[in-house]
Amino acid sequence: MTAIDELSGFYALWYREIKVFTREKSRIISSLFTPILWLGVFGGGLGSAVSLSGVNYETFIFPGILAMTILFTSVFFGLYIVWDKKIDFFKEVLVAPLSRTTIFMGKTVGGSVDSLIQGGAMLIFGLFIGVHYTLQSLLAILGFMFVLAVMLVSVGLILGSNMESVEGFQLISSFLIFPMFFFSGTLFPTNNLPPYLLALTMIDPVTYAVDGLRGLMLGTSAFPIPLDFAVMLIYTSIMVALGVLSFKRLK
Amino acid sequence: MGKTYGSLTAVDNVSFTIGAGEIFGLLGPNGAGKTTTLSMLATLLKPTSGMALVNGYDVSRDSAKVRKSIGMVFQEPSSDDILTGWENLYAHALMFGVPRRERRERISRVLRLVNMEDRAEDLVKKYSGGMRRRLELARGLLHNPRILLLDEPTLGLDPQTREHIWEYIEDLAKTNNVTVILTTHYMDEADRLCDRVAIIDHGKIVALDNPGRLKAQLGGEVVKIKSQTIDLGKLRGLDFISSVKQADGYVLLTVQKSSMHLQDILNRVGVVESVEVHPTTLNDVFLHYTGHEIRDESGEGGTMERIAQYEGRSR
Repeated sequence: MTAIDELSGFYALWYREIKVFTREKSRIISSLFTPILWLGVFGGGLGSAVSLSGVNYETFIFPGILAMTILFTSVFFGLYIVWDKKIDFFKEVLVAPLSRTTIFMGKTVGGSVDSLIQGGAMLIFGLFIGVHYTLQSLLAILGFMFVLAVMLVSVGLILGSNMESVEGFQLISSFLIFPMFFFSGTLFPTNNLPPYLLALTMIDPVTYAVDGLRGLMLGTSAFPIPLDFAVMLIYTSIMVALGVLSFKRLK
Repeated sequence: MGKTYGSLTAVDNVSFTIGAGEIFGLLGPNGAGKTTTLSMLATLLKPTSGMALVNGYDVSRDSAKVRKSIGMVFQEPSSDDILTGWENLYAHALMFGVPRRERRERISRVLRLVNMEDRAEDLVKKYSGGMRRRLELARGLLHNPRILLLDEPTLGLDPQTREHIWEYIEDLAKTNNVTVILTTHYMDEADRLCDRVAIIDHGKIVALDNPGRLKAQLGGEVVKIKSQTIDLGKLRGLDFISSVKQADGYVLLTVQKSSMHLQDILNRVGVVESVEVHPTTLNDVFLHYTGHEIRDESGEGGTMERIAQYEGRSR
């Protein structure tokens, strides 16, 4: 196979995801509902009593809620490969003369773009609660969002390609997605944490996305923004590598 | 080539050669190893022993080249029902390296071939089972494969659609010199469509020939008798009976000129509960070689094979 063939195969997978995405509009709406609920109820409610880092609480948690939108959409996108495997649609892809790396990347980028579009809708929502963007910060924000999405879609695909049924979804939601959200420093500042919480926060890759986004949006972050981005790139590379390996083993 | 899953042997060292433009059938009950054999030819499963060349390429070593040479239609629906028929074909054209200039033209051509031009813009969700099958057949042909692998191509379709699909397949083999390898557990399908049939049971090929010759080998007509008083000794050694078999509580005789000899046979048998005379069918051939009817094991569609594959994966 030539590089051009691989590229058009990559595009085929992406083409499919975009078509699916545009046809399931209800999915977009419902995936935005939960984050907005968090912002409105948790942010608004607790925000009436608390303000952090010199901004109101609602604004403080906004970067984290944005990351959460991407977290849920991306991981579940990846997990849905279990369905693909079940309905045999995926066999058709696996029998194509494409390298498994291409198939994995097509899926990953397709899912990441979906997540990015949903994150984009959240960004617009941010304007109404007092978040400001410049052209420069917006590009950097989109960069963070994309890398985060690639990492999390990969996580979903790794789990999904090793799973046989959808029964594990609930388990992954409880033991992976929610902890990743809670330990990410979305709801509280990461300085002055008790040691056990600090350790978990430092391990959680989403922490660095939230911190970087917060720095870009509100001008306050625990780590330098380039460091946040570097840590995310490392995590993402590891997940992509593991994902390609999982796809190579797929039958 | 062979395939084992732990102690379970799904395909037991089968060996065959298929010529270009031939329609070759793997006939057997569910769980006989047909789909496993086909999946190995399609490079979806790796043989645990032996090897296979498809279009001259080794399925284990040159899998990408094999994949470009074959079109596969799976047993289960594998088109994407959120996409339209046309979009399914377009995605396939992209994945199988159909040159950009030819994509639209070839999509129209295969759509015409299966008579689906007017439904191309509808979502696959809205298709009937037969239309979906036809779309998948069209898709399998889109990249001009030399070899078409069809896993139970007419499973669960109505007679009219089956007849249509058989015509397409025959036409393809004849006019385009496409080699077709199909699995089926329908006797009529194998008989009607295939140039050669391999009868496969418990992972082994028990007979392989042209359907006509397979039937002729048995010779004459089949007389199927059910009787409590039968003494096989009295039937053996008669020159017009070429074989005597017992299967499923019946005695099966292959008889030349049965209309002349039936009375003689019945006299020897004694009290007869039922008797049936019919020209030899592939069903009789199957019974002859395996000692059981093909329907014996056809419960859930391919359950055993799927369990075997599932277990193989978790190992």
